Amino acid sequence: MNKLLMTVLITAVAGLTLNAIAETNGKNIANLRGNTEITKESKAPSLYPVENTDIKQQRAYPMQPPLVPHKTDNYQVDKQANKCLSCHSRRRTEESQAPMVSVTHYMDRDGNFLADVSPRRYFCNQCHVTQTSAKPLLTNQFVDVDTILQKTLKKAEH
Amino acid sequence: MKDWLLKYWRVLNRPSIHFSFGFLTLGGFIAGIIFWGGFNTAMEYTNTQEFCTGCHEMRDNVYVELQNTIHFSNRSGVRAKCSDCHVPHEWTYKMARKMAASKEVWGKIFGTINTREKFQENRRRLAEHEWARLKANNSRECRNCHEFDSMDFTRQSQRAVQMHSSALASGEKTCIDCHKGIAHELPDMSGVEGW
Repeated sequence: MNKLLMTVLITAVAGLTLNAIAETNGKNIANLRGNTEITKESKAPSLYPVENTDIKQQRAYPMQPPLVPHKTDNYQVDKQANKCLSCHSRRRTEESQAPMVSVTHYMDRDGNFLADVSPRRYFCNQCHVTQTSAKPLLTNQFVDVDTILQKTLKKAEH
Repeated sequence: MKDWLLKYWRVLNRPSIHFSFGFLTLGGFIAGIIFWGGFNTAMEYTNTQEFCTGCHEMRDNVYVELQNTIHFSNRSGVRAKCSDCHVPHEWTYKMARKMAASKEVWGKIFGTINTREKFQENRRRLAEHEWARLKANNSRECRNCHEFDSMDFTRQSQRAVQMHSSALASGEKTCIDCHKGIAHELPDMSGVEGW
């Protein structure tokens, strides 16, 4: 009798939970597809224009690779040519007045300086990216290190 | 040879026996229109996209590369086809370029770039021809559409304004000096000025 009761109870609880999960999946939580039915094609979000202001943006932390404040459509970066370096390399910055790639890019991994940009730093867009005017899907909760330090200082003062 | 030439000169020099003066002048006029029109139509056909991409050398290499660029597809729907940049629009310059293009027929017949590998090997040489041509004519083909006088600097990005208002405005530089590889992939750029 006891066993039967337990089985019935467990089944009932399990059923309710599954039902609840199914309900939340269907209605309350939006997944990457949005609320489009599984059998239908979801509408692709529109593309946002790339920021082309030429104004340097603040870095979120000291070692952040600087963002690219201009369009880089069809910039060729391969074995043949590097469009970025045609302005940002040491030889080119006088004419272009573009910021020079930092000296760390001229070092190999042992810290020896090379004559030209190190092959491991050659592919600019692996780290340096453009920005679009798109609104972030989630609010960013990143806190700058200076803010953390100031908070700690204030706490210590109290 | 001299006798042969003299014979033809006599035929040309003699008044017509069978044809009237009117027939000859009007006929010559009409034939002139037909031949001139036909000539220009045929030449215009060699300026079309179908003609250029009729050979696999162009269709599989440079034409494919063009398709990714803004000169092929863009927001306003203006497309620059092969001849817009590679053939002058003015008649005299066009004739000169078309005559120079006979070398390209030679290249086609003898298969100078008939494989991808051969094309890659020759890419730098071919690119240098085009750079030299556009440098020498002050980027005439660019300026067919991109006129300096029509440029609104307030609608350009800061760095573009800086370059265009100094080097380009003074004539010290021309379009091709900076805008290389805008419609096709670049060759190995080692040693090229400005790279």
